[in-house]
Amino acid sequence: MGIGKSYPGVRANDDVSFAVEPGEIHALLGENGAGKSTLVKMIYGLVRPDQGQMVLNGQPHQPADPRAARAAGVAMVFQHFSLFDALTVAENIALGMENPPPRRQLSARIAQVSQDFGLPLNPARRIVTLSAGERQRVEIIRCLLQNPRLLIMDEPTSVLTPQEAELLFATLRKLADQGTAILYISHKLEEIRTHCDCATILRHGRVVDSCDPREHSARTLAAMMVGEEMRLIDRSGRQAGEVLLQVKALSQPAPTAEGTALKAVALTLRAGEILGIGGVAGNGQDELLAALSGEIRSAPGTVLLEGADLSRLGPEGRRTAGLLAAPEDRLGHAAVPDFSLADNTLLTAGARKKLVRNGLIDRPAARAYAEAVIRAFDVRTPGPGTAAKALSGGNLQKFVIGREVMQAPRVLVVNQPTWGVDAGAAAAVRQSLLDLARSGAGVIVISQDLDEILELSDRFCALNEGRLSDPRPTEGLTLDQIGLMLGGAHGMEVAHL
Amino acid sequence: MIRLVPRTDSAPLLQVATPVMAVLATMLAGGILFAIMGYDPVAAIRTIFWDPLFGPAAGYSRPQLLVKAAPLILIASGLAVGFRAGIWNIGAEGQYIIGAITGAAVALAAYPAQEMWIFPAMVIAGAVGGWAWGMIPALLRNWFGASEILVSLMLVYVAQRIAAWMAFGPMKNPEGFGMPGSRNLQQYPAASNPELIAGTGAHWGVIAAAAAVLATWFLMSRHIRGFHIRAAGIAPRAARFAGVKPQTLVAFCLGLSGALAGMAGLFEVAGPAGQITDKVGVGYGFTAIIVAFLGRLHPLGTLLAGLLLALTYIGGELAQLTMNLPAATVQVFQGMLLFFLLGFDLLTRFRITRRVTA
Amino acid sequence: MIDPVALFLLLLSASTPILFAALGELVVERAGVLNLGVEGMMIVGALSGFATAYYSGNAFLGFAVAALAGALVALPFAILTQFLMSNQVASGLALTLFGLGLAALFGKPVEGVKAPTMAAGPLGLNWIVWLGLAMVPAIWWFLNRSRPGLILRGVGENHDAAHALGYDVRRVRLAAIAFGGAMAGIGGAFISVATVLQWTEGMTAGAGWIALAIVVFSNWTAVGVLAGAWLFGGVTVLQLRLQAAGVRVPVQLLSMAPYLATIVVLVAISARQKFSRRSGSAAPGSLGQDFHALR
Repeated sequence: MGIGKSYPGVRANDDVSFAVEPGEIHALLGENGAGKSTLVKMIYGLVRPDQGQMVLNGQPHQPADPRAARAAGVAMVFQHFSLFDALTVAENIALGMENPPPRRQLSARIAQVSQDFGLPLNPARRIVTLSAGERQRVEIIRCLLQNPRLLIMDEPTSVLTPQEAELLFATLRKLADQGTAILYISHKLEEIRTHCDCATILRHGRVVDSCDPREHSARTLAAMMVGEEMRLIDRSGRQAGEVLLQVKALSQPAPTAEGTALKAVALTLRAGEILGIGGVAGNGQDELLAALSGEIRSAPGTVLLEGADLSRLGPEGRRTAGLLAAPEDRLGHAAVPDFSLADNTLLTAGARKKLVRNGLIDRPAARAYAEAVIRAFDVRTPGPGTAAKALSGGNLQKFVIGREVMQAPRVLVVNQPTWGVDAGAAAAVRQSLLDLARSGAGVIVISQDLDEILELSDRFCALNEGRLSDPRPTEGLTLDQIGLMLGGAHGMEVAHL
Repeated sequence: MIRLVPRTDSAPLLQVATPVMAVLATMLAGGILFAIMGYDPVAAIRTIFWDPLFGPAAGYSRPQLLVKAAPLILIASGLAVGFRAGIWNIGAEGQYIIGAITGAAVALAAYPAQEMWIFPAMVIAGAVGGWAWGMIPALLRNWFGASEILVSLMLVYVAQRIAAWMAFGPMKNPEGFGMPGSRNLQQYPAASNPELIAGTGAHWGVIAAAAAVLATWFLMSRHIRGFHIRAAGIAPRAARFAGVKPQTLVAFCLGLSGALAGMAGLFEVAGPAGQITDKVGVGYGFTAIIVAFLGRLHPLGTLLAGLLLALTYIGGELAQLTMNLPAATVQVFQGMLLFFLLGFDLLTRFRITRRVTA
Repeated sequence: MIDPVALFLLLLSASTPILFAALGELVVERAGVLNLGVEGMMIVGALSGFATAYYSGNAFLGFAVAALAGALVALPFAILTQFLMSNQVASGLALTLFGLGLAALFGKPVEGVKAPTMAAGPLGLNWIVWLGLAMVPAIWWFLNRSRPGLILRGVGENHDAAHALGYDVRRVRLAAIAFGGAMAGIGGAFISVATVLQWTEGMTAGAGWIALAIVVFSNWTAVGVLAGAWLFGGVTVLQLRLQAAGVRVPVQLLSMAPYLATIVVLVAISARQKFSRRSGSAAPGSLGQDFHALR
């Protein structure tokens, strides 16, 4: 029962075979790009397999579209929520059902199911007003109302605090005990080891192994997933020097209706230091980066670099002073998708690398700088004339980080530096940040990946609803403590409320 | 089953080929339309696209090419810059009318003085008038978030009524025997915009259009401001990250295209049109939108597209005379051209492949 | 003195073309499509409706044909934006320019002739006025209470999510665009068949653009569209009254009023949506964005 799916030039899934039993939480484990998403999209009818077959409850399963899949008893919770912001909870759930009951009955059923599973939800509320965890509840309840035989969860914990994740697993276990089969997609090894009954590991679109994850260590699971021993990162040779960056009482209203306001953010960054800022998505990460990069200007005296007040300067002025940034969204924020890599150097390196003089563009210089970044950061691409959108996520990320690092910043702020990047590129990016700090610069890593923060940073702060906690040394910090900090229950937080 | 795959390369050949394909498709569809209406399609197409340049009356119509192309190119060069940035000034027609009025106002105020400064002052006044009219939607968007599309378009209707008011009221020729319309600037040497070289149709507006093409080409390909404009159009967040202030860009683009449209209006009213009437606006501002797109928002493309659409104007007039084809034919042609162009554009952005089923 | 009831009835008539066009565009925009071709669809409706009414002698048949013609002329726009991934702003402009040209081209034979008279409905108002008023609650009910309306709103709010749930985004949008075209066609025909009773080139005079502004003004609700249409009907009636009363302001300046009012209202409503945190814009989330599903 091998199924396959090809995209032009890429074979996303090749002869994949596995089985999920009723009552089982089955993990689908693999790196970014291993083919997990394509596989579940085939099961959910969003993508059609080119070859092979699927069997559900003994019946051949060939859904023409998601409606057919739902009718057959398959439900799915998406990684990026498929919710409609302006609509109410009840309307969102109705859209996910084939024959929804009348409005009042539906609301009653939502209330019933959410109570049964301990997932409180008000059917009349609009999605925009909900937190990430509540939004996920909407997706889950939308699935539960259809009494699915198979529930697919695509990276569900990436937007949850550790405590919220625990709650989710309790719900999943309850469902499994009622006989639902659950296909659980993740690359987080620890949660799979503690909560899943069975794991199928995908690499480059192929099944490389099936095992009971409870019987393996995280390290061996990782080795199966990546296919090689994880490269160790060299953290040595750094020492904290003088204070480089100071942020004092930085408050900023939310830039958009969906945005987060920054509330009295304060931090100090020293030379040679890496400060990690953790937090669940949507707690002000983008806004904090924008306030540091200069996309958002703040009140005088709130952002100081080596004593100089940069608060009123825009991105250009801050770059000239030595404060550089690399935003989370590679395509469309850190780089212009349709521009060549050479042109993309002009976005941030115009002044520091003298690629622009008196407003005139020096194209040979831009090309040469792009080539230098490509060489130094091992960016796999035909050359500096290639469009940014033609690069893989990992290669573009190496280019974006390299473009900033090679400008020799005094302080570099990065947001989600290895999000959606393959393990090799992630290791290279992390090493380059450590090397930059070793050379005497200060680095701020904003990330939702706690492992990454613990791996890189000397001190850790949590960002929660636009408030930044006081820093703690990462040495000896446990996941539980971090979870509490992320949830805002950190002792110091009370003072701000 | 056919599927579309986004292109990652820029396909330079197709960038040039698709406008040509669109023109050919328009000719074909136009021919069918003519046949339905009972005209000889081959003769009609030849009259519109060939005869103005090479037909028996080409001696008269050839100079008209530059006369008609100049305002189109002048306006379209400015619009193309804004469209690149995703700033939709579709009220160039209004800026053109206001430029004509403010420019003519200088001349009418100076009448009958014969001074060297009058014409240059008119050009400046025309540009300033168009600029100011373009700044209204810019400021309303920057301050209040009002759509520049709707505001600039509404201002066309307002400008048309100001022109009518001027022609019937404040600017009416006191020696015009009560006829609406201002003094004829063609008969006022210090303020007129004459043909510079006999038989070519080239007036100052033609020179200004050529200069605008060169200037916008330099801006868009060599200057960092042009780079920022292109970046803002594709990825606004990346442009902000680079340090672009969106509000500055809105003011710059609407101001620039307004000023160029205003100048085009002035050159027209001081030259070929001669006077302010209630029909000062003849649609150049709208046709220039098609010119900008047909030229792929590139200055050199704008130049060629402007000449081509000027040709359809002249050819349309010729077909009206010789074949009794309705004047609106040209308008339909221009609309179809834009439709086809947008359709063929698909080829530059997507690769079309057959779905392989195994 | 002006009789307020008579004035209100005039207002109802004056606002009808814009009401139809704006209600149609409301549905289109709630499906996530920005169609700037309203003016073009209206003028095509105005001509086809007038010509049909004139040749058949039946005004109601004229409205039916106008609706059909409006939907048909929107077809190229639908194909361009939904299948050929063209920019919606540019395609809408093309539709307007094309429609204006097409109507001018085919309108020559009916220039100068008069439309047949229509039997008036209750209160001496045209039946089409009543139809327009009935469309307001009908569209409200469709959008907020019916299942297809919910799907349409879902498609407009987040087309990727709608696609992921298995809804055919393109089909919903095609239907919405066709409906918008039909409504604009009826609105245009009302001008030629029921108001002016003649065909002249460019007679819609920006009504389509005003309709677009009213959709913004309405904050994307049917009741808001009605309020906006009445506001502009009111301005138009008032302006005509002032002209007739011989106010010492040039006619040309008075006739600017609807356009200036549009700008003022647009600015006011945009400012409210921009500065007020609570009552932000209710614009559909996917409005104007291209949808391309990778399969």
